[in-house]
Amino acid sequence: MTDDTIEKTAPVTRAPAPAPAPRPARLWRGATPWLFLLAPLALLLTFTYAPIANMVAYSFTDWDGVSPELHYTGAENYGELFTRSDLFEVFWVSGYYLAASVVQIVAALYFATILSFNVRFRNFFKGVLFFPYLINGVAIGFVFLYFFQDGGTLDSVLSLFGVETDRAWLGTPESANTSLAAVSVWRYLGLNFVLFLGAIQSIPGELYEAAELDGANRWHQFRHIIAPGIKPVLSLTVILSISGSLAVFEIPYIMTGGATGTETFVIQTVKLAFQFNKTGLASAAAVVLLLIVLAVTWVQRRLVPDDRVDLV
Amino acid sequence: MNRRTVLAVTTATLLLSACTGTGGSSKGAEAKAPDDPTKVSGTITVLTHRTDLVQDGTMEKYAAEFNKTYPEVKVEFDAITDYEGEVKIRMNTENYGDVLMIPAVVEKKDYPKFFASLGSQAERSKTYRFTDYSTVDGKVYGQSPIGAVPGFIFNKKVWERAGISDWPTTPAAFLADLKAIKSKTDAIPYYTNFKDMWPLTQWTDVNGAVSCDEQATSRLAEGDPWAEGADLRTADTLLYDIVREGLIEKDPTTTNWEASKPRIAKGEIATMWLGSWAVIQMRGAAEQAGADPDDIGFMPFPAQKDGTFCAVAKPDYNQAVNIHSEHKEAARAWIDWFTDKSGYAADNLALSPLKQAPLPDVLKPYETAGVKIIDLDDTKGAQVKSIDNQSEVGIYKPAYRQDLVDLARGATKGSLDDFLAGLAKKWTDTQASLGS
Repeated sequence: MTDDTIEKTAPVTRAPAPAPAPRPARLWRGATPWLFLLAPLALLLTFTYAPIANMVAYSFTDWDGVSPELHYTGAENYGELFTRSDLFEVFWVSGYYLAASVVQIVAALYFATILSFNVRFRNFFKGVLFFPYLINGVAIGFVFLYFFQDGGTLDSVLSLFGVETDRAWLGTPESANTSLAAVSVWRYLGLNFVLFLGAIQSIPGELYEAAELDGANRWHQFRHIIAPGIKPVLSLTVILSISGSLAVFEIPYIMTGGATGTETFVIQTVKLAFQFNKTGLASAAAVVLLLIVLAVTWVQRRLVPDDRVDLV
Repeated sequence: MNRRTVLAVTTATLLLSACTGTGGSSKGAEAKAPDDPTKVSGTITVLTHRTDLVQDGTMEKYAAEFNKTYPEVKVEFDAITDYEGEVKIRMNTENYGDVLMIPAVVEKKDYPKFFASLGSQAERSKTYRFTDYSTVDGKVYGQSPIGAVPGFIFNKKVWERAGISDWPTTPAAFLADLKAIKSKTDAIPYYTNFKDMWPLTQWTDVNGAVSCDEQATSRLAEGDPWAEGADLRTADTLLYDIVREGLIEKDPTTTNWEASKPRIAKGEIATMWLGSWAVIQMRGAAEQAGADPDDIGFMPFPAQKDGTFCAVAKPDYNQAVNIHSEHKEAARAWIDWFTDKSGYAADNLALSPLKQAPLPDVLKPYETAGVKIIDLDDTKGAQVKSIDNQSEVGIYKPAYRQDLVDLARGATKGSLDDFLAGLAKKWTDTQASLGS
């Protein structure tokens, strides 16, 4: 189908040929891409860059979020942020999510590899794995609250296997963070899986055939064909996982509200802004988080440059 | 610089200058009560957090009743689920209804910029309770249509089954009673509502009940709230001991507020620290669950001053008139009517904002037991709020009591004394830096 359209349109684009167009027409042609870009650019500016610019502006004020008066305080908020080490302690919690995302990537890679081969019911399993990603994060939070409840789903499933735990899953900081990180693995596994699967399927099939003829087994195929073939997607996933672990919000906020040592940097920022009315300080915290994520990404790109993959 | 960066930088600067300005103000306007009810006209919008009352038509009934006196005024309701969050943002414009409840986030000193005055405090405090809470420079900017008294909601049957007939008079006696409930009944002696957070913040309302001092709020502003014998220390210690002794639900991290209502009605839960406002909800839940609504009892904080209990009367949201409203007279008429004549307070079994009105049925036992109901002086209320926010202690926010409960049940390490000393240090340091 795509081939079809190209063939049909090709002669048309070739038609208005060599003679240089008159001046207004040239101008018009120059403006065309911008006219097309007008709508997306307007949306992008209004809903992405304007709020960010606004937030950066607030981070230099002492605004409380509602008062009509706000005073310019210079870099005071940033000064406060960097002199209060307690504000950065919450990043330890991100460690749980970072560890969880390693598990998540390995599991996603495993499933994507297996399901890229000819397995029975593969489409069914693809659906099963991707499904959690389609559910709204708030709903997931509520579902898992019941799941972890005393005598809830997890406890009853475990008792089916004869395991009687009397554990409050969200009761201690370690247990709560591990449980929450597990929920986040459950939720985002599907996304990683689909990214990997897409990348794997874009590897030409004859490579496997040739490898099989040369006597390569499944592990060899994975090691020498799949792994290098999906390297760009893999490094993208790692970047997304790290920045995601630094900015965890939805699941812990809904399930525990940051209690029992599950507070993340974003929850803390939200509390500063909306509970203690320090919108200025919270904006500064958000800007700092943005910079941290950018820095981490930059370092990572330096360490693992994104070179072109050429398998054939 | 390439073309893209230039574009980004120009737009960013434009936006910076354009978006940070916030509206000017027409400070000092007054919403006068109309002289002739039949001559007031206009359509007013009332912002309310009572989504339930708007949905079930109760508010419409009030409006219809209101129209009998003020036939030319049309009242529309705008029920907002996330009231605090949404109204806060709307208040950046001029368009935040004609009548609204003053969100907690607005600082007292900003009231004259947002709301029209309802009159002088000297005048209004003769008839109304709670004028203190919205007075700036002698002028009142809001009026709560309803009041509540904090206290323990308890299931009478469970307490009787444990062999307790009188209200405990000291925290130690209260603890002993909860232990008796634990050993003699199947009920959870005390339910924290830890997960839903706001019920824990209600413990701050103990302030004033222990010392029986109308200046309790000023003492928060000037002294250390966690000093030996101070109200908040007494409250926090009691909560800590309740949790420490294992007198609460098994897993506080997955509690459920909605489910707790029928559970206390059925006697699965014995006690919760809430307020008189919750009695009607628990009784409703009892009816739905097929239990006896009369089982729901209400008692004051277990502390007595000179042999009498004290309870603090607290206002709900204060209703105010938007300073940008075009129908200030109509809006004022609504507030006056809703406060004085609507019967809203009686319908909710709540304390009336009118000083001479009798106590509601819920508080009848208080009358017989001679519980003294006091009104706190709120002159320093704004100062307490700003110390609270500045220090990030959050006496009206859930985090600090959640930490307290975590500490008590051993989920985090540390001692109560250190914990309270830490809070006190943050609080007093901020007091010093704010120069109070």
